Amino acid sequence: MTLTLSPPTAAPEPQAPLQPQGWLRYFSFSVDHKVIGLQYLVCGFLFYFVGGALAGMIRTELLTPLSDFMPRETYNEVLTLHGTVMIFLWIVPVVNGAFGNYLIPFYVGARDMAFPRLNAVAFWLIPPAGLLLISSYFIGSASQSGWTAYPPLSLTTPASGQVIWILSVLLLGSSSILGGINFIATILKLRRPGLKMLQLPMFCWALLGTSILVVLSTPVLAGTLVLLSFDIIAHTGFFNPALGGNAVVYQHLFWFYSHPAVYIMVLPAFGLVSEILPVHARKPLFGYITMVYSILAIVVLGLVVWAHHMFTSGTPPWMRLFFTIATSLIAVPTGIKFFNWLATLWGGKIALNSAMLFSCGFIFNFVFGGITGVALAQVPFDIHVHDTYFVVAHFHYIVYGGTVFVIFGSVYHWYPKFTGRLANETLGRLHFVLTFIGFNLCFAPQHWLGLNGMPRRVAEYDPQFTFVNQVSSVGALLMAISTLPFLINVVYSAFAGEKAGDNPWRALTPEWLTSSPPPVENWKGPAPLVTHPYGYGEAAEPQAVGASSP
Amino acid sequence: MGLSVVLVLIGLWVGQNVNLLPIDASANAPVYDELFQVLFSIGTSLLLGIVGLLIYSLIRYRRLAGDTGDGLAIEGNLPLEIFWTAVPAIVVLFIGIYSYDIYERMGGMAPLNDHSVHAMHNAADQAMESGMVPGMAMEAGDGPARVWAGISPTGSGADTVKVDVTAMQFAFIFRYPESGIISGELHVPVGQAVALNMEAKDVIHAFWVPQFRLKQDVIPGQPTLLSFTATKEGRYPIICAELCGPYHGGMRSTVVVEDPESYSAWVTKNSPAPLPVSVSPANPVPLQS
Repeated sequence: MTLTLSPPTAAPEPQAPLQPQGWLRYFSFSVDHKVIGLQYLVCGFLFYFVGGALAGMIRTELLTPLSDFMPRETYNEVLTLHGTVMIFLWIVPVVNGAFGNYLIPFYVGARDMAFPRLNAVAFWLIPPAGLLLISSYFIGSASQSGWTAYPPLSLTTPASGQVIWILSVLLLGSSSILGGINFIATILKLRRPGLKMLQLPMFCWALLGTSILVVLSTPVLAGTLVLLSFDIIAHTGFFNPALGGNAVVYQHLFWFYSHPAVYIMVLPAFGLVSEILPVHARKPLFGYITMVYSILAIVVLGLVVWAHHMFTSGTPPWMRLFFTIATSLIAVPTGIKFFNWLATLWGGKIALNSAMLFSCGFIFNFVFGGITGVALAQVPFDIHVHDTYFVVAHFHYIVYGGTVFVIFGSVYHWYPKFTGRLANETLGRLHFVLTFIGFNLCFAPQHWLGLNGMPRRVAEYDPQFTFVNQVSSVGALLMAISTLPFLINVVYSAFAGEKAGDNPWRALTPEWLTSSPPPVENWKGPAPLVTHPYGYGEAAEPQAVGASSP
Repeated sequence: MGLSVVLVLIGLWVGQNVNLLPIDASANAPVYDELFQVLFSIGTSLLLGIVGLLIYSLIRYRRLAGDTGDGLAIEGNLPLEIFWTAVPAIVVLFIGIYSYDIYERMGGMAPLNDHSVHAMHNAADQAMESGMVPGMAMEAGDGPARVWAGISPTGSGADTVKVDVTAMQFAFIFRYPESGIISGELHVPVGQAVALNMEAKDVIHAFWVPQFRLKQDVIPGQPTLLSFTATKEGRYPIICAELCGPYHGGMRSTVVVEDPESYSAWVTKNSPAPLPVSVSPANPVPLQS
C-alpha cells in the first residue's frame, strides 16, 4: 500500500496559475481541494438557512392546534422540502464534502484529491440540484409526500413536484457517490510514502467508513427512485398495489440507503470530534485502535439495521427480532467512542473555547439521542412511538444535536486555517449558549408529545398539546436567533479578526504544519510525515514528531 | 466519580417515579409501561452519569490562563476499554432479552400466519386471472395478513369481537361482520378480545391508539391484523400516524370502550335489518358517529 500515484514529496515547479485567483476562484470550476471544500461549506450554509426558514414555518404553524398559518398542502410541501434540504443539501455535503475535501489530502500527505476534476464535478452538481428542488415549489407544487416519499402517497400527490424531487435527489446522490469514490481512492492510494493506515488521523477512518457506506447504499436509493419515477410517469406498478405492486418493498429499498445515511451524516462528525478534542485538551486521542474498529463495526452493522424503520409496516416477527438485535448492537461501538472521548478529556488541559463547547454539546446531545435510539430499537417500545414526535425528537438529537453541533465546532476549530484569522470567542460562546438552550428547549419536549399521542407530519393536533408545542417553537426561535452571532462572527472575523498565525492551537495534525491559509498544493516544501497525529502529552514536545522529511 | 454515582442514583429514581405516558387502557399497556420504566431508568442514569463525568472533567481539568503545557500522555488503557465494551454489551443484551420477553408477553411472537407473502401472490394471481384489480381481491379478506398481535394469542377465540377496518383519505370505517354494523367510531366491550382486520383503500395509513400503546400500519393491497383487549372504559383517540395527504392531521376517530351491556345495547341499536350488508369500495357508506 505504499504505492502512490504521484510522488507528493517532489516539490512542484512554480507554474503560471491555470485557475482564477482571489475570491473569484470560489465561483469557478476550481480543482483545488481547499477551494472545493469551502465551496461545499458556504453552499451548505446557504441551504441550511433555507431549511431553517422552512423549519421556522413548521414551528409557526404548530403554535396553534389548528391548521391556520398555511394551507395543508403547503405544509406538506414545507416539511418535505425541510427534510430533503437539511439532509441532502446541508448535512451530507458539508460534513463529507466540505470537511472531507479540505482535510483529507492534508491528512494523507497529498497535494490534492485523487480525482480533482471529478471532485469539482461532484460539487457543481449540488447548486443546480438544490435550485431545482426549491424551484419545484414555484412551478406547480413541490413534493408533498415527506422526504421518505412512500408510495402510494407519492404516486397520488402532484406528479411534477414528486418527479422534480426524484431528479434532484438523484443528482445529489450522484454527487455523493462521486465524492465517496474520490475519498476511498485518496485515502487508500494517495498516502504519502511511509505513512501507514494506522497512523492516519481518525477523520480519515471516519470518511473511509462513510464513503464505503455511500458507495454501497446510495445506488440502491437511486435505483429505487428511478422505479418510483417509472410508477409516476409511465404508470408502471412496481410499488403501486392497485397495479399489483408492493408498497412495502419500496420501504425496504428506501431504508437500505436511508438508514446508512444516518451514519453517512454521523460518522464524519465522529471523526471531526476526534480531531478537535485532543487539540484543545492537549492529550492524545484515547484508544486509537478501538476507535478505528468501532468505526468499522458501525459501518458493517449500519448496513443491516434498516428495517427498524418498519416495525409497524407488517414485517414478520423474525425480522423484527433480527433488526432489534442488530440495531441495539450498534450502541456498543458507538458507546466505545463516547467513553474514549471522555477519557481523552480526563486528565487533559481543556480550553473551553467555542470549538470545545460545541464538541461537548455534541457529546451530551448525541448520548441523549443514542439512548432514545436504543429504546426505539426495541420492537414493543417502537410500536407505540413510531411515526410520532418522539421519533422527530430522537433524530434531531442525532443529526442536529450531534452532527450540526460538530459542524459549528469544526468551523470554529478550522476557521484560522481557512482564513488565517481567529474567530471571535465571545460571539462563539454566545452562539453556543443560545444554540444549546434553543435546541434542547425545542426538541426535548417533543419526546413527551410523541409518547402522549402527537403523530409527526401533522399541521393540526389535539389542543392538549398546545403549550408544549409553543415551548418547542420558542426553542426554535432561539435557534434561529443563535445563527446571528455566528454569521456576524464569521463575516466580521474574516476581515477584522485577530491574526491567527499558522498554528494557533499548537496542533500536530498535518493541516496545521503549513501556512494559514495554506498555499496551492498545501505545502511549500515536501509534505511532512506525521506518524503521531495525537502525540500530545508532557513527554512530547509539540512539533517534535511533526515536519520531518525523509 | 462520586458525583456520577449520585447522578446515576438520581437517574434511577427519576426513571421509577416520573410518569410520561398517558393512561393505560389495554391489556398490553401495563406490560409496555413496565418496559418503558426499565428503559427510562437505565437511560436517565446513563445520561446523568456521562454528563456528570463530562462536567467534572471540564471543571477539574480546565486549562488555567497562561498554562501552555500538555495533559497526560495517555494513549489508551486496554482493561478500561474492555470494561466499557463489555458493560454496554451486557446492558444492550439485557435490554434485548427483556424486550423480547415483553414482546412475547404482548403476543408479538405468537405463531403467526407468516405465509402472507404466498397468500399475497396467490391472491394477486387469482385476481389477474379473473381480471380484477389485485387490491380489490384482498377485500375478501381470505388471505391471512402480516400480523402484529396484541396481548396473548387471542384473535381467534369464540368470543372475540371481529372488526374489519378500512382506512381511506381521511377516515377510518369500522365494519362488524357479525352484526353488519358500519360505523365511523370503533365500539368495543371492555375485557374482551378484539381482532381488527385492516386494509387501506388508497395510501398507507396507520392505526394508533396511544392509550393502548398499539400501532399498526394499514396498507393498501396487504391486509394487516391487530388484536387487543381493552381494559378501561372510556373514549380514546384513534390517530392516523402515517403521512397520508393534506388532511393527515385531521384523520382521527374514537374508540369507545364500554361495559358489555352498553356494548350489546349499541350493537342492537345500530344493527341494520338482517340483510347481508356489504360496502361497495367505490361508494363508502357515510360515517355515523
